[in-house]
Amino acid sequence: MMTTPLPGPLSGNLNLDRWVAFPSPGKVTVLTGRVELGQGVLTAMAQIAADELDVAMERIIVRSGDTEKTPNEGYTAGSQSIQFGGAAMRQACAEVRALFLDQAAQILCCRTNELSIRDGSIYRKGLSTGQDYWTLASAIDLTCKATGAAARKPVTDLKCIGASIARLDLPAKIFGDSVFIHDMQIDGMVHARVVRQPNRGATIASLDENAICRAAKGPIEFIRSGNFLAIVGDDEATVEAASLAAASHVVWQNVEAPTATQQEANWLLQQPAVDRVFGAPGPNKPQGRKQFEATYTRGYLAHASISPSCGLAVYQGAKLTVWTHCQGVYPLRAALAKILNLDSSAIIVHHVQGSGCYGHNGADDAAADAAIIAMQKPGRPIRVRWRREEEFIYEPKTPAMIVKVRAILDEAGKPTDWTQEIWSPTHNLRPGAGGNLLGALALPIPPPEPPPNDVSEANGGGATRNAEPLYDIDTKRIVHHLVAETPVRTSALRGLGAMPNVFALESCIDELAERAGKDPVQFRLSITSDPRACAVIERVAAMAKWKADAPAGSGRGRGIAFARYKNRAAYSAVVVELSVDEEIRLHRVWCATDAGLVINPDGVINQLEGGIIQSASWVLKEQVRFDNGIASVDWETYPVLKFSEVPEIEVELIHTQDDVPLGVGEVTAGPTAAAIGNAASHALGCRIRDLPLTRERIMTALLKE
Amino acid sequence: MSKAFEFSVNGTAVSVSLDNEEAPLLDVLRNELGLKGTRFGCGLGQCGCCMVLIDGAPEKCCTRPVWSVAGKQIVTVEGLGNAARPHPLQQAFLDEQAGQCGYCLAGILISAKALLDKNQKPSRAEIAQALDDNICRCGSHNRIMRAVEKAATMMRAGAG
Repeated sequence: MMTTPLPGPLSGNLNLDRWVAFPSPGKVTVLTGRVELGQGVLTAMAQIAADELDVAMERIIVRSGDTEKTPNEGYTAGSQSIQFGGAAMRQACAEVRALFLDQAAQILCCRTNELSIRDGSIYRKGLSTGQDYWTLASAIDLTCKATGAAARKPVTDLKCIGASIARLDLPAKIFGDSVFIHDMQIDGMVHARVVRQPNRGATIASLDENAICRAAKGPIEFIRSGNFLAIVGDDEATVEAASLAAASHVVWQNVEAPTATQQEANWLLQQPAVDRVFGAPGPNKPQGRKQFEATYTRGYLAHASISPSCGLAVYQGAKLTVWTHCQGVYPLRAALAKILNLDSSAIIVHHVQGSGCYGHNGADDAAADAAIIAMQKPGRPIRVRWRREEEFIYEPKTPAMIVKVRAILDEAGKPTDWTQEIWSPTHNLRPGAGGNLLGALALPIPPPEPPPNDVSEANGGGATRNAEPLYDIDTKRIVHHLVAETPVRTSALRGLGAMPNVFALESCIDELAERAGKDPVQFRLSITSDPRACAVIERVAAMAKWKADAPAGSGRGRGIAFARYKNRAAYSAVVVELSVDEEIRLHRVWCATDAGLVINPDGVINQLEGGIIQSASWVLKEQVRFDNGIASVDWETYPVLKFSEVPEIEVELIHTQDDVPLGVGEVTAGPTAAAIGNAASHALGCRIRDLPLTRERIMTALLKE
Repeated sequence: MSKAFEFSVNGTAVSVSLDNEEAPLLDVLRNELGLKGTRFGCGLGQCGCCMVLIDGAPEKCCTRPVWSVAGKQIVTVEGLGNAARPHPLQQAFLDEQAGQCGYCLAGILISAKALLDKNQKPSRAEIAQALDDNICRCGSHNRIMRAVEKAATMMRAGAG
């Protein structure tokens, strides 16, 4: 019998009952380790299951992110949920469907190829058999393992997959239902705030409990373990008032505050680093060949999720139950087990939706806070909700980066050798990677500091993500300086290193085109042999009616950029039109994307639009400021793009016959950033290679000209 | 030493007895009255997640002490409509799939309601300006603005 290799998440969770269940007549439960972060993944999973099981969408209940029930799929991250998690769901459902057809064939004494399934009911040569999933369910043992023997449906038979089905989770959010973790109410629940340790190693020198109690104007209780200090009480407003007052009544020593100098990417150049070189040897610059070199930078960014993080926990009967909006319930469970000295089997972690996270924000830490407090107050459900400034100051930042590109050119000005040299702190301080939970650092025995590490290239790379151009260049190499120590925690934000790397290399490609006197679209096409890359570039150029634009320096400009996310997920090309006086004003954005097999076209477009707007916000406005501490503490000191500042956006998806989806959640971040940079340089008549493109940088660039 | 405060929420008279008269209206709505639709975003009056109508005007209620709303009429997202009887704005947001994580939507719907109450045919620029007090971090802005335009059209046609 033919078998297909199992998708990764399925081979890691072979038992089919981890994926599909028939809990009651007429209902199907599908279980996924991928969690809803606002990207519509639960709807997409239901669509996949509906098609492969042949049941109506309405019958499907999706359960996600629950260490008691769902498969362990690690993190919901890296634009992998549909490309890999969806593939696993699809194969698991195909296997379940095949098991039921085999069972029905036995009962009906016929061959399986005479049978078909419509909305869960089994038909023989088009006639009802009286059997369905639910009449057969008790006879089938779904604890059996996936084998890869069941065939997925051919693309031409798919109905729900490929349809723009409305998001299942959106109505509750539009009607104001209690859907977010912040809305959870548990009997006996108390509110808590943590008085944050400013940094690892800082200790409490003095604490004036009386002064804090006076400010609270209501009953509160202090929870203390080493330098972990929390305030707990029945009334949220009272606890909040106490936690605000605590800032003036707790004195810390051994405080290390990040300085203004450290905020700039260039600070990284002088720091100790772990160095690696990989790719082609060399470079050997042949005699007489031209060379081009340029350096691009980006500052630290915040995830700046719209809601501060929240976590709930209760320790009862030697079991710790935790509710969290983090990206990986199993890795969080493993990290909590380490810091609390519990066996993982004594911990249950449930995912509950929070606001959009875009990566590793404070969610895991807030859950750990609640867990630490819950262990000290057995039987009491604890709700920790971070304050706005707490989220801005303590969430892991995405690192500042420096990317230096060196290209050796042929006689026509095309690159034949490419070196991309990167300085960056890590993009990976997730809790599962070494017990790195903020509250734990304040405990009497803090977990050891994890060694410098970044996401491996096998997993798409961290700082090196998208550092290799997809273009036809004879020899390419990456030089990676992993900066070992930084003044702030750094971790994953949408796209990791892809945004700075694509910004650098796609800016550089434009600079090379300009030097060669070539149109940037034609120049890219002339060094690309991947037909899918060419297709998105050609499509976006057609959408934008690309033509040689107004003369450089006219104050208005267009720019194009392209990337294939991680060089193995979706392809996307973006054109931006903007104008510049003292500031940049975005007018229009066009985007063409090839996402392979699309589960939900409107959902994909929504993700692409969101990625474009968020990247535009990073590029035009965002940088975390340091000034004897984190100085970006609220929406006034960390402004993001406003409604009146967003451009019009037009997105088209390339139709393919592909059977494989390609992840899209992060693909537009890099091309948008570079297209803005390229358009701005055209409008200004000079290039700014440092992000964000602030008014100060624009004025400086104009004065230099 | 608790004190009673009376006001109206979504057309219903309520009386809450509180020790802390400085408690923000947001906490009272969420924790005392169980109306969780109005969300906490910043507690600083900056992001608009907690937007409610107070006597018809859109206001952020995370910084509004409860004593200051005594005797006033409050409308929250729950007061706009429900799944059985959606407000035209809610219907338009569903039609346009206007949202990603959805955390900002309750506040945005209230700001949009306040706009349409005084301007039945707002331009795109007027919609953008009316929503500049609300932050959306996922990048659903264009869908949201399309939905508000659509709701305005529906309401002019008499659906609202």
